[in-house]
Amino acid sequence: MAKFAETYLLCAVLSVTNLIKSFVSPDGGRVEIVNVPEFRLAAGEQFALRGESGSGKTTFLHLLAGILAADGGRIEIAGTDMASLSEPRRDRLRAEKLGYIFQTFNLLQGYTALENVMLGLAFGTGADRTRAGELLARVGLAGRLRHFPRQLSTGQQQRVAVARALANRPRLVLADEPTGNLDRKRSREALELIREVCRESGAALLLVSHDEETLSQFDRVADFTGINRAGMA
Amino acid sequence: MRALPLILYRSLRQHALSTLITAGSIALASGLLMAVWMVKVQSQETFVATTTGFDAVLGARGSKLQLVLNAIFDLEASPGNLAWSDYLYIKRHPAVKTAIPIAVGDNLRGYRIVGTTNELFTGVEYAPGRKFAVEAGGRLFDEGAREAVIGSFAARKLGLKLGDTFHPFHGLTFNATGPNDQHPDLFTVAGILKPTNTPVDRVVWIPLHALQTMTGHDPKYATEVSAVLIQLRARSAGIMLDILYNRQGNRLTFAYPVYAIIAELFGRIAWFDRVLTLVSYLVGLVAAGSVLASIYNSMSARQRDLAILRALGARRSTIFGAVVAEAAAIGVLGSAAGFGAYFALVGFAAGVIRDQTGVVLDVFAGHPVLWICPLAMVGLCALGGMVPAFKAYRTPVAETLSPLS
Repeated sequence: MAKFAETYLLCAVLSVTNLIKSFVSPDGGRVEIVNVPEFRLAAGEQFALRGESGSGKTTFLHLLAGILAADGGRIEIAGTDMASLSEPRRDRLRAEKLGYIFQTFNLLQGYTALENVMLGLAFGTGADRTRAGELLARVGLAGRLRHFPRQLSTGQQQRVAVARALANRPRLVLADEPTGNLDRKRSREALELIREVCRESGAALLLVSHDEETLSQFDRVADFTGINRAGMA
Repeated sequence: MRALPLILYRSLRQHALSTLITAGSIALASGLLMAVWMVKVQSQETFVATTTGFDAVLGARGSKLQLVLNAIFDLEASPGNLAWSDYLYIKRHPAVKTAIPIAVGDNLRGYRIVGTTNELFTGVEYAPGRKFAVEAGGRLFDEGAREAVIGSFAARKLGLKLGDTFHPFHGLTFNATGPNDQHPDLFTVAGILKPTNTPVDRVVWIPLHALQTMTGHDPKYATEVSAVLIQLRARSAGIMLDILYNRQGNRLTFAYPVYAIIAELFGRIAWFDRVLTLVSYLVGLVAAGSVLASIYNSMSARQRDLAILRALGARRSTIFGAVVAEAAAIGVLGSAAGFGAYFALVGFAAGVIRDQTGVVLDVFAGHPVLWICPLAMVGLCALGGMVPAFKAYRTPVAETLSPLS
């Protein structure tokens, strides 16, 4: 049993090879933002990337999530090459295997907390009210199911975003400055919660941040500039 | 549970005001379209069927349509009179089953007074299997007396009941604000007819002889009638009499068949139908356009929501479908409410037609337009929704969600 768990943990849930993304600059030239020769994340692993604003770390996460198309390279999520998939299948993969926590939470303002979490399931296995309710209870919002985001505090909104990201039992959770909008105390609580629920569900966590206190809570931390060779030619 | 119903419900709720306003315009358009169509169809069918049991009308030389409108629908002026001998001739004709004379020329506060014989009420079925009947306590008039039988609608409007008396007014029209010449003859209400939903309901019926000899009338009226209502023994007889009166003779007009002459009236005003229908179509198109504009204008505000949904795994096609479904849902809401507008409009139109002609439209009659029109409106709305849906389809997820860093 222990050997099986070890094998599982060593199995890469995310594998990036020669990933390249560039944008057209206002003067018409191309500016390379992401150039990652290699990056791997094992199942259940929790990893933090340090990066300043404008370093391309959000673009990197968007590429991993498949909401931005790469110019070249390979991204494998749980053994499936994203580039080989059609857009609808990429959407499906995202709906079933990925969770995304945004800096600004990106909750749907017209939907209740429960419905926001249900939408985390809706495009994969189908919206499950019971599971959504359980997840909100897990993040301490059992009494806020019918509240709209505007009726919740910033910390509570963050917890809804966490519950939504975990709703589809993802293999990989991407977190983009998830505590950027919170004060120090709440930031620490939110981060603990994210790490804990990822651990419970066996999901790998890739977090990007520029906040040293956030980064200090991770055992494995790397500079984004260390893996991204964009602009180093 | 799938995502689409939830997205649809929330989107409609989030834009409740514009949803209601747009659905309201769809309701008006749909109701107007169905009402115009049904009033047209119903009035045509009902007027053509309202022959009050007669196949033909014989009258003075003139327009067949005017003759039918005057004798059957109690509208328009009489084209002239025919001699009593002409009435006797047609009555005795072997091809004629029933011939009932009528004489017009007076009114009671705007309601036409028609002189006739009791045979109209006893010998004629105004619709298959239906004969005229008098309300309890009343009876038909005595043909030798100054008595009257009042149509149900006229009795209600004039406030007449059994035993009441009245003096007829000169002429077919009543001047409500000025002086009117009144006959000194006093008539007593002997009976009130049960409703028939025909023009008969709007008439004050008196004995033919009483009208012919009313004080103040030209004495020559005593030997004339305005028209003769005719039932034939066979269809072929109508063609024969048509040739006899209209082609070989030049004194009288034989209007036959009554339903075809009424149908001709609707043929003459078909251009009006077409204009109304065209206006209804345009209103429908404008309403569908308002759905397009309403959703399209809100697309900028919705883009972030759409991008979030895409980031959660929603396909472009799901987003496209959600916007089209929203437009169609507005169409469904509008079309459903359109039935309210429809019944209000048709009810109003039916009331006006009944007041003016006595003909009653069936407001609850079924017709394919009552499902084709709502479906077409929903389809048009969905079509209109495709424009903003395409914009939604192209929402750039990454750029919309957050500034790149």
